Amino acid sequence: MSSALAAASDAFVHRKRRGSELLLLALALAIGISAYAIIGLARDNEVPADLIWYGGGLTVLAVVAHLTVRFRAPYADPVLLPVVVALNGLGLAMIHRIDLSLEAADSQFGPFAPSQLMWSALGVTLFVLVLLLLQDHRVLQAYTYTLGLAGLGLLLLPLIPGVGVEINGSRVWANIAGLSIQPGEIAKVCLVVAFSGYLVVNRDALALAGRRVLGVDLPRGRDLGPILVAWAASMAVLVFQRDLGSSLLFFGIFVVLLYVATERPGWLVLGTLLFSSGAYLGYLFFSHVRLRVEGWLDPFGDPDLFDQIVEAQFGLAWGGLLGRGLGEGSPTRVPYAWSDFIATSLGEELGLAGLMAIVLLYGLIVERGLRVALLCRDSFGKLLSVGLAVSFALQVFVVVGGVTGLIPLTGLTTPFLSAGGSSMVANWAIIALLLRISHLARRPDPEVWTPGADEDTQVVKLR
Amino acid sequence: MNKPVRVLAVGCAVLFGLLLLNVNYVQFVNAGELNDDPDNRRVVDAEYARERGPIFVAGAPVAESKAADDRFEFLRTYNQPRLYSHLTGYYSYLYGSSGVERTHNDVLSGNDPRLLFNRVIDLVSDRQPKGGNVLLTIDQRAQETARKGLNDLPDDAKGAVVALRPETGEILSMVSLPDYDPRRLASHDFAKTTAAYKELNDDSGKPLRNRAVQERYPPGSTFKLVTAAAALSSGKYSPDSMVTGQATYRLPKSSTDLGNDGRGSCGGDQITLTRALAFSCNTAFAKLAAEDLGAEALREQAEAFGFGDDVIDDLPGDATSVFPADPDEPQTALSAIGQFEVASTPLQMAMVVAGIANDGTVMKPYLVKEERSPDLESLDEAEPEALSQAVSSAVASDLRQMMVEVTETGTGGSAAMSGIEVGSKTGTAQSSDERNPYAWFVSFAPADNPEVAVAVFVEDANVERSDVSGGRLAGPIARAVMEAVINQ
Repeated sequence: MSSALAAASDAFVHRKRRGSELLLLALALAIGISAYAIIGLARDNEVPADLIWYGGGLTVLAVVAHLTVRFRAPYADPVLLPVVVALNGLGLAMIHRIDLSLEAADSQFGPFAPSQLMWSALGVTLFVLVLLLLQDHRVLQAYTYTLGLAGLGLLLLPLIPGVGVEINGSRVWANIAGLSIQPGEIAKVCLVVAFSGYLVVNRDALALAGRRVLGVDLPRGRDLGPILVAWAASMAVLVFQRDLGSSLLFFGIFVVLLYVATERPGWLVLGTLLFSSGAYLGYLFFSHVRLRVEGWLDPFGDPDLFDQIVEAQFGLAWGGLLGRGLGEGSPTRVPYAWSDFIATSLGEELGLAGLMAIVLLYGLIVERGLRVALLCRDSFGKLLSVGLAVSFALQVFVVVGGVTGLIPLTGLTTPFLSAGGSSMVANWAIIALLLRISHLARRPDPEVWTPGADEDTQVVKLR
Repeated sequence: MNKPVRVLAVGCAVLFGLLLLNVNYVQFVNAGELNDDPDNRRVVDAEYARERGPIFVAGAPVAESKAADDRFEFLRTYNQPRLYSHLTGYYSYLYGSSGVERTHNDVLSGNDPRLLFNRVIDLVSDRQPKGGNVLLTIDQRAQETARKGLNDLPDDAKGAVVALRPETGEILSMVSLPDYDPRRLASHDFAKTTAAYKELNDDSGKPLRNRAVQERYPPGSTFKLVTAAAALSSGKYSPDSMVTGQATYRLPKSSTDLGNDGRGSCGGDQITLTRALAFSCNTAFAKLAAEDLGAEALREQAEAFGFGDDVIDDLPGDATSVFPADPDEPQTALSAIGQFEVASTPLQMAMVVAGIANDGTVMKPYLVKEERSPDLESLDEAEPEALSQAVSSAVASDLRQMMVEVTETGTGGSAAMSGIEVGSKTGTAQSSDERNPYAWFVSFAPADNPEVAVAVFVEDANVERSDVSGGRLAGPIARAVMEAVINQ
């Protein structure tokens, strides 16, 4: 008897769980669609006539995504997609609700919901394409440097005169063919892939310990090159694009991946020190950084200047434990209630309970992403999924923490909720990548025919 | 590489835990404070969407909310806008509120916890929630009389009138001129509201300030009541004690002579304390205070009447009346006649008289006698509350008699009423040499059983710098208000 084959068939085999996914999806759709209906009831006392289109559209998107997963990545994690659909649906409903207020106030902004629905569709299309075209995430490793360059290029794109657009003091937008996009969001995906590919190859050298300080093995001096380059790049983003959030996000992802690749906490310590000193220098030398810190420490000291933060705090308080109810608050008192501050808009109308649920949904995405990393059997896939999950965690922490007053405010989008195309598309791609890795990780080993003891060995008779 | 991934999982959990803790802090722990912030427009907007309760004077609403057909459902209107402007205050979408609109906002807006039950019932029965009612202590006739009296003075005189019921502290009348029309600030035409607020706020006459409680002025000779009270309370003086009545008094340690506003002596070198008060003899009270009583006794007496205290809760932003800290001897002499840095609100001087009229007990003044739910159930009825025992009953009785003398033989003749004994005291205070003096008149009646105590203050009165002329100007207003209260 072959012990190898016996072991393989006894090994733990993950279930596909596509049925669970479908059930959760139905729940997620119910959240998004009923939110839309409630808003109509609250604003006009009737279920909106276009509910069927809105609900139908969202359902089609979800079903298409589900079918793609069912047939192209059947072993993928069953929780990620429903959570994302719930967030996307809730975001759409909230943006629609904000549109109604903006329209009533004859605002120069909006409407955002139609384009958001379109971007969601585009996001799902990319999601489907990734799952269809990318059979194995390891293929991406071949494009490490291409994607790295592309990511860097995209990141710096807004700095090119004529292309970059400065909005609210941050130069993170690019205007290409009439479309306003945030290339940083797409750069995020490219750079995570590039970091992973680079570190898989170079981890052994970087893992060599140098001096030991306070129980932490610091890396050797000659290995500091990559982290210093990443630090310089993130500082450039901070200085030239005035974007503390992206700066923290990119550097954070790099340092975390460095730590995972080398298993040396020394890199975390070093990275934290580098970023803190950089941020402190930024605080000393740049008034826009100082302003953000002041607005965080004491927004009520100058309520006119820090109007956005103050109104967001008032909105959250006004929401209280259970919220004013969808359509019943005044989220548009906060500038950019539909994008950067959508978390506080939801907090005002859905209350502490609703906002905590949303934060937990994000937490679920992150922990599921890290779970993919744990299960993944190849180093590149591990690093990639850790990078994607941590980028999510950092982004949510930075933006939700910023708008709720936990940390200084920085401009990042709230994944799947904020109005904005680049972020929507990039985040759907991230989920597709995670599902691809997850499928490969949870899939049972393919049955491989191994010539073994079971076969009657053909013995050449010598007689 | 799984160990770092597990560490990161814990790290991310910590980050999300921090987010959760923070939103709990903002939306639960700190929410009350944020919702009480006057800048929180959401709270104001919500109040605006609710029918605000009326403010009543003598059974008729003076402020009420009426249905409006614009983006707010209700418009706050004031039925006798100028007469009650400083009492109701304004209720403005852009500029917040003042007066009782502010101090009793919880009941009027319906936010008061005692109205919670009503709100729940309204919610269940799908009725529009309403705010509660507030009833003022104001005597309508006295109020009208007081405003007319002040308004009829020549040269657009500014000033204030306060009438109190000595026994309870009820405010029967409170007028401050110039006043304003609160409807202009409550309007939903925000361009007009903004212009109106700017105009009122920039007006040098300060029409938005309630002079009766928010401004302090030197009380002049009316403060001699406090000095006389301190003298009698010391036990060393009686109404018949002899004091100086000379034409001038050389202030201690100085070469300045204090006179009696050019009236010469007060009727002899030595006069009784009663006569000194009746003729408002500066030299008598200045010498008495500087050389015998001392600043500390004066301060204690002033504080016993309410100086240095926050005396009223029903109106916002009230000023605290003050007696100067550590005056030297000449300053004490000037303080004793209500000059130097003594500063009093008209309400505070009314309280001095009311305390004397009420056997020495100063009652805490109040403007709101009852709060009611929208269904007219009583939520709270004001209970008269003693603030202090300023002087003994015997001293109060002496002071009342001395004040009757002021009316009958002295400077207060203009307040005399036929058939009713009136106690009074005049005052004229210099603010500065360039400005016209302030005229004061305080009084109570009837002397045997006082029903009303009044303080009349006229700012910028175009009269001679003498007590008599101040009395002539302000006295008739005080008399008219007292008559309005008594003849009912």
